[in-house]
Amino acid sequence: MLNSVLRHPAAKPLVFFGCLLPLAWLAWRLFGASSHGNAFGYNPQEYLNRHLGDWALRFLLATLALTPLRALTGATGVNRFRRMLGLYAFFYVCLHVLSYVWLDQGFYWPELWKDISKRTYITVGMVSFILLVPLAVTSWNRMLRKLGAARWRRLHQTVYVIAPLACLHFFMMRKGFQIEPVIYAVVCGFLLGHRLISRLRRSHTAP
Amino acid sequence: MLIRKTFGLDIKPSEITPRTIFDNRREFMRSAGMLGLGAIAGSVVGTPAAEASSSLSFSKSAVHTLDALGEEALTDPEAATSYNNFYEFGTGKDDPVVNARNFEPLPWTVAIDGEVANPGTYDLEDLIKPHMLEERVYRFRCVEAWSMVVPWVGVPLGEIIKRLEPTSNAKYVAFETLFDPERMPGQKRRVIPWPYVEGLRMDEAMNDLTLLTLGMYGDRLPNQNGAPVRLVVPWKYGFKSIKSIVRISFTEEQPPCTWNISNKREYGFYSNVNPEVDHPRWSQARERRIGGGLFTERIPTLKFNGYEEQVAGMYSDMDLKKYY
Repeated sequence: MLNSVLRHPAAKPLVFFGCLLPLAWLAWRLFGASSHGNAFGYNPQEYLNRHLGDWALRFLLATLALTPLRALTGATGVNRFRRMLGLYAFFYVCLHVLSYVWLDQGFYWPELWKDISKRTYITVGMVSFILLVPLAVTSWNRMLRKLGAARWRRLHQTVYVIAPLACLHFFMMRKGFQIEPVIYAVVCGFLLGHRLISRLRRSHTAP
Repeated sequence: MLIRKTFGLDIKPSEITPRTIFDNRREFMRSAGMLGLGAIAGSVVGTPAAEASSSLSFSKSAVHTLDALGEEALTDPEAATSYNNFYEFGTGKDDPVVNARNFEPLPWTVAIDGEVANPGTYDLEDLIKPHMLEERVYRFRCVEAWSMVVPWVGVPLGEIIKRLEPTSNAKYVAFETLFDPERMPGQKRRVIPWPYVEGLRMDEAMNDLTLLTLGMYGDRLPNQNGAPVRLVVPWKYGFKSIKSIVRISFTEEQPPCTWNISNKREYGFYSNVNPEVDHPRWSQARERRIGGGLFTERIPTLKFNGYEEQVAGMYSDMDLKKYY
């Protein structure tokens, strides 16, 4: 049932446009709901940056959720969406970084450099962003062929480091002990833990 | 005479239009009952609060004449009362205005204890009554590197302290926010250790800038801004300006401060605004004035938030990097 939905010809375009909704939401606020003059609230830079960061992290975890979802439901159709979701994660991360560098810091490099190197949570965020770049760059079929499946796969397993770093970045960004980043970290832990357990099982049952 | 001090802010007296404020205030005083503020005595018109025997009622409309003063213009009251850090009512900036809606600040008592000749539990009214309310326009700088310019209304804390007569052992003043998870729903989760506590050194508490604040923008404090009584210490990061105060203690030892307990490395006891002292979380070199657009750039942060002249003397022999 799930598999036939996932393999429906309309599924891919639907997901593609669905993933643009967080961006459409911003456009709607900017052009539609700006009657009181502050579409993004009283600290628009902060609002925009957090909105984009939230969605980058959500797409990253959604990408990681596909393999466990396949294992739990047997729906191999999820594979069709892996690259798209991964690239959307990268897309929102890029916007997140751009909003920080441009709107928040105004391309003020001396301060930016200090910010990135001295504030641990920004360092952590930047590292996870930079680690994500090679994955996006090698996401095409041609790059997969060029690298060879084994090397390509190893490269893309960097996401197992990137996602926890992104969660850490979010956790450190919040002041005090807040529940939201913990939820993301727990989800991430579950998604990675599922892989670890199934890998351990496989190595046990292997002939 | 309206007492109005702007402390280095470039606001011309002609732009304050005290006459309008005065007139409007008289009108507001007459309709004081409407505001439901009968319990707190006071008036900004310059007569001692007790004589005025009215309420803490200020003209709302008066402040609208203060617009368009360039970079140091007053922050839009709508922004200052809906973009708030007040974790007692939720951790989001727009949580407090929603979650504090039903908070009933009055009646309110403040416990005075510790090294002091006149301890006791005071009705807020009694604590404020003998003093003159003043309107003070201050920069307000959050440690998160955003800032506002707010016209506060209150009494210099030093005057109240003098009346309470701290003993010679009193070296510090400690403050405590109400702890009541039923009324302050954000306290149901232990985001930070409750109740929120803060403290000042005695000379800081006595400094003329330190304001025990009851109102803003010519009106009483909205719940989300720390009703009915808060501190405003304009040369320190905003979290030092503790809200909804229920206890003031005079102590010999440096009192604990909530954010300092929560994260020692990031929040020192002094927490003076200082662009030269690096912060592990936010660059303090520049700040974002609330009220700008998406492309409004940050402005440089001033040492002691621009109040160097009034406060630097208290720290002249201190290494501000060490005592951050």
